[in-house]
Amino acid sequence: MSEKTVKFNIKRQENTESKPYWEEFEVPYRENMNVISALMEIQRNPVNTKGEKTTPVTWDMNCLEEVCGACSMVINGNARQSCTALIDQLDQPVKLEPMSTFPIVKDLQVDRSFMFDSLKRVKAWVPIDGTYDLGPGPRMPEKKRQTAYELSKCMTCGVCLEVCPNVNDSSKFMGAAPISQVRLFNLHPTGSMNKHERLDALMGVGGVAECGMAQNCVQACPKGIPLTTSIAAMQRETNFHMFKSFFGSDHEVE
Amino acid sequence: MSKQDSSFAIRRLHSLLGVIPLGVFLIQHLLVNHTATRSEEAFNTASEFMGNLPFVLFLEIFIIYIPILFHGIYGIYIAFTAKYNIGGAGYGWHSTYRNWMFSLQRISGVIAFVFIAIHVYQTRVQVFFGEEVNFDMVHQIVTNPAWLVFYIIGIIATVYHFANGLWSFMVTWGFTQSDRSQRVMSYVSAIIFVVVSFIGIQAILAFI
Repeated sequence: MSEKTVKFNIKRQENTESKPYWEEFEVPYRENMNVISALMEIQRNPVNTKGEKTTPVTWDMNCLEEVCGACSMVINGNARQSCTALIDQLDQPVKLEPMSTFPIVKDLQVDRSFMFDSLKRVKAWVPIDGTYDLGPGPRMPEKKRQTAYELSKCMTCGVCLEVCPNVNDSSKFMGAAPISQVRLFNLHPTGSMNKHERLDALMGVGGVAECGMAQNCVQACPKGIPLTTSIAAMQRETNFHMFKSFFGSDHEVE
Repeated sequence: MSKQDSSFAIRRLHSLLGVIPLGVFLIQHLLVNHTATRSEEAFNTASEFMGNLPFVLFLEIFIIYIPILFHGIYGIYIAFTAKYNIGGAGYGWHSTYRNWMFSLQRISGVIAFVFIAIHVYQTRVQVFFGEEVNFDMVHQIVTNPAWLVFYIIGIIATVYHFANGLWSFMVTWGFTQSDRSQRVMSYVSAIIFVVVSFIGIQAILAFI
């Protein structure tokens, strides 16, 4: 009867409006277990440590290899992906909380629409749609490609927003991810043709000027993206853009 | 949407005013105070010179009062729209140097705002009640140990706010982008904090 188990303490919430509460679970240990496989175990047998039958814990997941960003949650105080959170590397009881900066859908599942809406606002894409073939486009210098590749690792997981002191209910700050995406698409030779539109958006409400430079984002980013360098680069770009738009006429042709 | 919005310009103005003119004024003010370490007369001469600059009221209003009110009031708004997340069990990495600086910048800003308001009342406003700004006026204030402690805390908070503000000024205006340049600027700002604090404290102690 000395079977190894894993203890969990999970912050649960029925729906967006209801009050959160903590519930403890104990699941049988398996080798190389991650947080998601433990949550699946709870889903199979939703009984808490008191032996009471309860509702299965809800969470979000998709790729299971840390590239989609969907399964982000706060594990033992750190915002990260639950797919790569290995039980063997975690202190027990494993404390699971939803990312509090986003509206909670249910239990550990959050609504990250705020971030996707920001990506739409800053036009984080390269517009190539049209009625005829635009051709291959300009070549990208290798050095730029390397930098862009690092930035392109962003999976919009929301960890940088979760840890940011300036992303909260009383501020409209969009957080690091969308700002870094502006840098990515402005680096792109074709994307840069619309860079002024993205910079305009970054200079709007909740834009780059509202960064408080606490630099938690760059520490927390699971992909190691140089977010603070991106933000600083965009601080510089938006300054040039502001001066050019006010004093100059370059922006009319560039 | 973005074109009409002015928050970007306001934030940039907030950052600029913190250094020019407010930071420059802070240094100049502390240097004038520092003349008190030489003698009472030296300070009175220096403060008289400053007080008798041509168009002094105009200078005060446009270089000090308006910038400081704008910077202070908008700064308080910024300070109260943040969610502070230093420390806490399991939140080890949250206690990073820059996150501390972020929180302290806002705390010191609020302290500086209160300190400066009281300081202006105790000195500049008293002129309207027939007092004269001189060595003796400050001496009267800081011989009370409670006020002395208050002034020292106020000076340290204000100087910290300036020194660390310089760091974010350099990022805001696009000078320091790379990790390395930002790190070097952290050292520079720490040195400025120590040196300017020293000047400020040495000056205030000379009034006892």
